[in-house]
Formats: sequence, C-alpha cells, structure tokens
Amino acid sequence: MGKTIAEKILSRHSGTETYANEIAVAGLDFVMGQDGTSPLAIRAFNDMGGEKVFDSSKIAMVIDHSAPSPLEGVSALHKLMREFAADKGIKLYDIGCGVCHQLMPEQGHVVSGDLVIGADSHTCSYGAINVFSTGVGSTDLAAGMISGKLWFKVPETFKFQINGKLGRGVYSKDLILYLIGDVTADGATYMAAEYVGEAIDNLSVEARFTISNMAIEMGAKAGLMRADAKTEAWLKAHSDRVSQPVEADPDAVYAKVKEYDASRIGPQVARPHTVDNVSPIEEVEGTLIQQAMLGTCTNGRLEDLIIAAEIVRGKKISPDVRFIVAPSSRQVYLEAMNRGVIQALVEAGAAVVTPGCGPCVGTHNGVPSDGENVISTANRNFKGRMGNNRAFVYLGSPATVAASALNGKITDPRRYVR
Amino acid sequence: MELKGRAHKFGNDVNTDYIISGRHKFKTLDMNELAKYVMEDLDPDFYSKITSGDFIVAGSNFGCGSSREQAPQAIKCAGIGAVLAKSFARIFYRNAINIGLPVVECDTDAISAGDELAVDLSKGIIKNLTQGREIAVKPLPEVMITILNDGGLPAHFRKHGTFNL
Ligand code: SF4
Repeated sequence: MGKTIAEKILSRHSGTETYANEIAVAGLDFVMGQDGTSPLAIRAFNDMGGEKVFDSSKIAMVIDHSAPSPLEGVSALHKLMREFAADKGIKLYDIGCGVCHQLMPEQGHVVSGDLVIGADSHTCSYGAINVFSTGVGSTDLAAGMISGKLWFKVPETFKFQINGKLGRGVYSKDLILYLIGDVTADGATYMAAEYVGEAIDNLSVEARFTISNMAIEMGAKAGLMRADAKTEAWLKAHSDRVSQPVEADPDAVYAKVKEYDASRIGPQVARPHTVDNVSPIEEVEGTLIQQAMLGTCTNGRLEDLIIAAEIVRGKKISPDVRFIVAPSSRQVYLEAMNRGVIQALVEAGAAVVTPGCGPCVGTHNGVPSDGENVISTANRNFKGRMGNNRAFVYLGSPATVAASALNGKITDPRRYVR
Repeated sequence: MELKGRAHKFGNDVNTDYIISGRHKFKTLDMNELAKYVMEDLDPDFYSKITSGDFIVAGSNFGCGSSREQAPQAIKCAGIGAVLAKSFARIFYRNAINIGLPVVECDTDAISAGDELAVDLSKGIIKNLTQGREIAVKPLPEVMITILNDGGLPAHFRKHGTFNL
C-alpha cells in the first residue's frame, strides 16, 4: 500500500511499516526547546530521574521569546536554561541569535527526511524542507531528551493541491491565510498537511517556510512539502548533514484532498481575534492602524525584509504608526545590513528590535494600548496575544504590513509592487 | 475514580493564550501562581468562581494554539477536576495526559452552565445529575491509558526509564 510523506518518515524512524492511525514509537533526529517551554521541561527531566541526555549533539535550546529578559522572573528561568545546557553539553542559542524556527534549519540542524520534535507549536515549520517536525509540550520534550524517542499517532494526511501562479503583490502568506480561512482553525486537526502543486514549486524555500509554519493554525501536526532541486541547494548551503528526502507514493491514501487556483487569490488579511477570520484585503482596506510589525518565525526572513524595504525605500511611514522590525536571526540581520535593507527600513522610520520573537507573544518589545489596531506578519492574532486583550491584531504579508505602515491604515500592497 | 463538580461552560477554539496568557507564563514556574490567571482573557473572575473539583466544559478544538504546558498545569492547579470538550487540539491533549489532567471527549451540548456532573473515568461514564441523563464518552487511546495509569509521563519514566508502551 502506498504511503504519504508522514507515513514514510514515521515508518523509517520506527523501523516498522506504519500507516495512519497506528501508534509508532520512533527515534528522533533533533529535539528543540525555547525559553517559554524549556524551564518546565528541565523540571520534568529531573522529575523523570533524567541524568544524561540521549545525544547532546541532537538537542538545542533557544532563548528567543523574552530576549533580552524584560523581568527578573524571566532572567531566573534563562539562567536555569544556561546552567542545564552547560551541564548536559547541549547547544544553547542565547539572546540575539534569533527565533528557534529560523535557527533550526538555518544552522543546519534539520534536513530532509528527519523526524524532529520541538517544544513550540510552530515546529511544523521545517515541513517546508521535507522534515516531519511537530510541536510538543515540555514533558514530551523531557522524555525526548532522555530517550531520543517519542510515541506518535501516525496522522492521516490532508493534501492541498495548489495549481496556478500567485499574482503580483501576492505572497505565500496570503496563500496560507486563504487556506486557513477556507478549512478553519480545526480543519486539519490530528492530520498532516501536504502542500503540492505548481504554486508551491514556484516559491522560494524561504517563502515555503511561511506556509508550513502556519499548518498548526489549521490544527495540523505537520505541514509537509516534497524536496526539490531548490530544497537540495538550500540544504547544501546550510547543513553538512546528509539528507534523505521522502516523496509521497502515487497511490498514497489521503483523508482529504482539496484543490485551489493560486491565480485567483489576492492579498488576504486575518481579522481579530482568530487566524481563520480571513478576508480579502478589499474588505478591511482603510482600517486605521497604530502599530505595524514585521518579523516572527512566519515572516522575519531576509526575503520578507527585502519585500518590505522595497516598499518603504525612500519614503516615510505615517507619523501615527510605530513600525517594529524583528529580524528572525542574527544571520538575517547581518545579511540585511550588508544589503542596505535595514538602512532602508530604518530611514523610513522603523524601530529594529533584537532578533527573536519580538512583540509576537506579548512579553515585551511593543505591547499595544487599549483600542489600538496592529497589522502584523505573525501567525496568531488571538485576543491578548500581543500583551493587551483590548487591542486588535490583523495579520498579513510583509508587503501588506509595509504598505499599511506608510499610510497609517490597512493598504493593498499591489499599489506599490510592480 | 468518580469526580463530582459543577460545569463552567466555554465556547469553541479556546486557545492556550486564553487558558494562560504569555504575559504571565514566562515569569515563573510556580503553577499555583499561574493558576490565578487561568482563562483571564475570557473571564477575568474565573479563578474565584472555581470550587475544587469543578469541570471546564467546552466546545470543539479546546487547547488550540501554542504548546505551552503551563496551560493544562494552570487548569489543574486551579482545582479543575477534568476538562470536557467536543474535541481537543492534539498538543494540549497530549500535555494534559502527560501531567495527569483528565481530558474527556464527549457531546458537551448535553451540559449547561452550572450543571452538577459526576464523571467516572475508569468506566467512561458522565452523569448529568442536574438534567438526569447520561452522556457517552469517547475512550482514550490505549497508550494514553497506560501513561495515565502510571500517573503521568514522569512517573512512567521513573518506572521504566524510557517509553514502555
Ligand atoms: S515568533 Fe511568535 S509564533 Fe514564532 S516562535 Fe516566537 S512567539 Fe512563537
């Protein structure tokens, strides 16, 4: 019987022939935790009687969510992580290195065909390079650090067939927002998503990460793509590890298949307070905004910063808007400086903050005030997400955020993109 | 084991940011402190309304969003005996079992706010004492029963040293 990408990776890592809905105990290629989840995992590790980790070269911890620390309590938890990492000999990415989901692929820790867990729900991001990666909680992370294994319910797969090409001023963010709006926040719960078709093939690897990153926003456990020549070239540039890409069999069994035509999708915006509350930009254009946010694990990569910089270059943002930029890693930051991208953004009026999560999760770096509207490239707009439950968060592409920052209101970026 | 308490009702798609906000969860590992803020963005007074052993009763996709284990921990420490929902998001579901918070999939339309419930986890029966009817429960997968019976995943590991499923 044919297999999906998820079934193949989980079969290979469990040493069995396993199919959807079966339980597999599988070996892990990499294990990751961040500063919101690692402290509890360290506690669970000790509670489990853990002494050594299974393989110190296959684990990393990242301080990205509240970095640099805004509070004494947070500092104590960061210290706990540093001490644990030093004691166990595992890699710690400290403040300023970047967001965990940028660092795992960028630093070469994960390659095609891998099975990876991370104690962060957007760990599904690496599906873009053909990795079965999924978010877990702290106790599962601790179990993974001790044993190098985890149990999985092999997911059914929801195949998204995206035909056609995205139009001018329309990006992978618009596509994934559209899909989430269509299938809703629990449209793929317990499933793996597989994204295939011409529109996906045409995207850069960077743009593909945005789509896999948001698989969790439709409830999916993984957001998988096949590895093509672009993936291979990207991996060569980032990792020394040998990859073992996996393709779905032509006779693989899918729980659901939906087809879309990318050429019919325009810029999309998710309105407050749910990610699946998506509308075409025409319906929200003109909404006044007080803050614009470019960054996060969804859209803080070099390509995203370039897209935004090209829109604001030589212009000034609205005096009524705070424009916050958080590059997704130090490497992205440096490259963006070298290319004059940061220069263009800052000259236009942007405030650049430390590479990392930035204001995404409401701990620091730009908490909005009561009644304010924010347009952001992040992946979540829940009430209170940015630290104030009386603020309103809209989600869009880097181009939409940049165009909106210029005008002080939600703006269709196609006006600026040739 | 039979749990008894009152139902506190919530809607669909209750995400982990609502269960415990990022504003609080990064600060401390003291779950009793976090428990005071449980569901704060949906109902600022929720914590003070809980009598130990009460139930959270919700619609579909409970616990969606982030992987924060502080969410089931805070619920448990706030004195909630079990969460009943039409469906759960998968990371939350796993986390809850791992830390020993019972989660029950059932038709929660048959429960109104304030109803008195008796939940028998081993038999898989919910009695709505206020409305005088029984509600069927969707059974947990076997691996999860093994982990729950061992007292959660840390206890499972203390016993076996690794996964023994
Ligand atoms: S950038 Fe936002 S969504 Fe991404 S890992 Fe950080 S807090 Fe989570």
